[in-house]
Amino acid sequence: MIKAPKRQAEAGWPEYMAQRQSAAYTALAKRYYSHPLLPADTPISDVPMVAMDLETTGLDPKRHGIVSVGLVPFTLNRIYLNQCQYWVVRPRRPLVSKSVTFHHVTHSDIAQAPDIDEILDELLEVLAGKIVVVHYRHIERPFLDYAIKQRRKEGIIFPVIDTMSLEARIHRQSMLARFRRWIGRPPASIRLFDSRKRYGLPLYQGHNALVDALATAELLQAQIAHQYSPETPLSVLWS
Amino acid sequence: MSVELMEVRQHMARFSPFEALTDEQLDEVAESVEVAYFKAGTDILELDQVLEHLYYIRSGAVEVYRRGGELHNRLGEGDIFGQFSLLRHCPVGYPAKAMEDTLIYFIPDEVFQHLCKIDNIFADFVELQRSRMESTVDQYRKSNDMLVTRIRKLVSRYPVMVEASTTVQEAARQITAFQASAVLIIDAPSPGSRYIFSDSEERFWQLRGILTDSDFRTKIVAEGLSAETPVSEVIGDRLITVQSDESVQEAMLCMLRNNVHHLPVMHRRNPIGIVHLSDIIRYETQSSLYLVSNILNQPSVEGLARLAPDVTATFTRLVEEGADSQMVGNALSTIGRSFTRRLLELAEEELGPPPVAYCLMALGSMARNEQGIVTDQDNALVLADDFDPEQHDDYFKAMAKILSDGLDACGYPYCKGDVMATNDRWRQPLSVWKHYFTEWIEEPNPERLLHSSIFFDLDPVYGENVFVEELQELVATKARQHPRFLAAMGRNSLNRTPPLGFFRTFVMEKDGKHHNTINLKRRGLAPLVDLIRVHALACGSRAQNSYERLDDIDKTQLLAAGVSDRLRYALEAMSMSRIHHQAFSVSNDEVPDNNIEPELVSSTERHTLKDAFQVLSNAQKFLKFRYPMTSR
Repeated sequence: MIKAPKRQAEAGWPEYMAQRQSAAYTALAKRYYSHPLLPADTPISDVPMVAMDLETTGLDPKRHGIVSVGLVPFTLNRIYLNQCQYWVVRPRRPLVSKSVTFHHVTHSDIAQAPDIDEILDELLEVLAGKIVVVHYRHIERPFLDYAIKQRRKEGIIFPVIDTMSLEARIHRQSMLARFRRWIGRPPASIRLFDSRKRYGLPLYQGHNALVDALATAELLQAQIAHQYSPETPLSVLWS
Repeated sequence: MSVELMEVRQHMARFSPFEALTDEQLDEVAESVEVAYFKAGTDILELDQVLEHLYYIRSGAVEVYRRGGELHNRLGEGDIFGQFSLLRHCPVGYPAKAMEDTLIYFIPDEVFQHLCKIDNIFADFVELQRSRMESTVDQYRKSNDMLVTRIRKLVSRYPVMVEASTTVQEAARQITAFQASAVLIIDAPSPGSRYIFSDSEERFWQLRGILTDSDFRTKIVAEGLSAETPVSEVIGDRLITVQSDESVQEAMLCMLRNNVHHLPVMHRRNPIGIVHLSDIIRYETQSSLYLVSNILNQPSVEGLARLAPDVTATFTRLVEEGADSQMVGNALSTIGRSFTRRLLELAEEELGPPPVAYCLMALGSMARNEQGIVTDQDNALVLADDFDPEQHDDYFKAMAKILSDGLDACGYPYCKGDVMATNDRWRQPLSVWKHYFTEWIEEPNPERLLHSSIFFDLDPVYGENVFVEELQELVATKARQHPRFLAAMGRNSLNRTPPLGFFRTFVMEKDGKHHNTINLKRRGLAPLVDLIRVHALACGSRAQNSYERLDDIDKTQLLAAGVSDRLRYALEAMSMSRIHHQAFSVSNDEVPDNNIEPELVSSTERHTLKDAFQVLSNAQKFLKFRYPMTSR
């Protein structure tokens, strides 16, 4: 098993992806890893990206399932909402009523939905060659990896830009943030909704995978405009 | 359309011109959208950039500049920009910058052009040739074509109905119980009946007839019929009805023709109510014609003062019926003139016949037939030249006082500038008036003219009209020959300038400053009326009404082609805006004024007003150049 790199500083993403490419043994993984990873020094303005959001029945990939997937391709200059994709899928474990209201996806939507296996090829085709952008990578990446592993034997892991972790760098890890914490101020919320508010982004009626993917793409554009620059290399941002 | 993008679609559906689109068209737009974020201070559109999209502001604020860098407009959530470049297929002439952090939706050119092609309202909103302002004004006109009030407006409730087998006594009970004055008779449907309808329980009925209060007297009591008689035996076989979309006028004629006082009102074959002659009379009494005749018949000042609320009611009704600003202005001026005339008649009754001939001269908005609901009195007396102050002035002074106090009591407050016949200067023989006007025109001086520009809207109201007509003639002939006079009038008309437009809940000035309200009279209507007056004087027009003045200006080469039309539309747009806001105040029991709060201005109205301000602003620039101040 090849371990995913831990921190972006010494990020071994190029090495990791190269290893995965040569080790890939299933059709899906071979196809996905055959797309070369963008060089780590590519300026963010040149990076084709895709914002991804998954709605799940819980937080544990092994116990919970994916119910919907939203994808929005974008670049630093433009979000191609006209190329967005959205699927509702049927998780292997039944949907418990508690999460129904949370997701706006109902039992009847799901009853008619396909298993995620049926959309995996199409989904990975959109992700291939682009950098995936998520808000909180510890949901999207492991859930997708696990779902693929269950169905196609070999999981898929890739570098992502995590807008929540970019937000945490400013509001949790900066000197100012540490100082604020030291004097007892509550930390700023880095949830998607609160983060967007700081950049003057509008309030969306959230919790739909597509709207959240759009919201994430917009947030990254705002973060780069305020905290970074179009020349910022990918290696600074991915994790 | 994926339900998931409702977020985008619903947002656009709240703003012009998208609000007018069908659901399918909105879906098409929402599905085509691209998005981008712009940090405050960054450029969104650069000069001469080639455009491929219409720009829609999802959140934030944008400043649009002229080529020279001067602020053109400030736009907020739901506003669009870039349409002019797209329509003209030319590069960006008005660059744009994010004023706050801004999220833009980009709508592809193809989609935009397609919408312009298939949707007239959308096209009107964005189009250059037929400006938004014109299309809004034409909308006012269109609703004005429907000026005929439909009879259904007078129907206040569902009719009382009884079956044909009901006894007349029971029918009478029903009428009494519902405090009605007639009842409709229904029966099981028979083949070939005209009036078959189904009730809420899907049962079919036919409408057989109507039984009214007076039928009980003429057909039952007078005939000695028993209280047990079924209603079917007393109703006639001829039923006269009116369709709900017929005009009030038509319904009234129908009653007269058939000599009936009750009319069942039908929506197709369903009875929806009954209209009585008194409903129509009550309705007609709110009409301006009725009010005028009522004014002219009042025996006392007190009686006249009691009619003041009726003026407001008439105004409200005109607006509700969709009258345009000329109709409203005309009606209110006629009403104002009627008050004036009746007060003078009452004064003559009190003081005896006038010792010499006189004419009461209206000035300002009344003279232009553009009076509004918020107005003070502006009048003067022109006396015959055999007037001798020693002998006659007591009479006219008393008359002026009766008039002025009376008008004040009737809701036309005293003139703050003291332009009233009670002022000795403005109660003079014709020869003195001629001297006044000659001096104003031949020895112009902007400061002095500032207070007398009101005298250049003048019209006779009562008495020897010919006196005032002579003065109108004098002004029309002399004014055009005196460029210095025109220049002075022109300069005064530039003292008040329009704002740039609106931004969120503020009025935006040309220097970017914000205000909470705008006085639409001071900042729009008055300077526009002033400007039209200067051009009218320059072309020797005798007209007093601004629209008629524009017609006269049109006959000359004074203004470039199309300019007078734009001025006409701007005047109509600003007038209607003021009228609607005043009607809104009245309906909320507030005192109407000339101030408009941007919060209450709809999105379309904002754009229309902005266009009107722009027309005024351009016309003011031209005026400065057309009538230059010359030094002598």
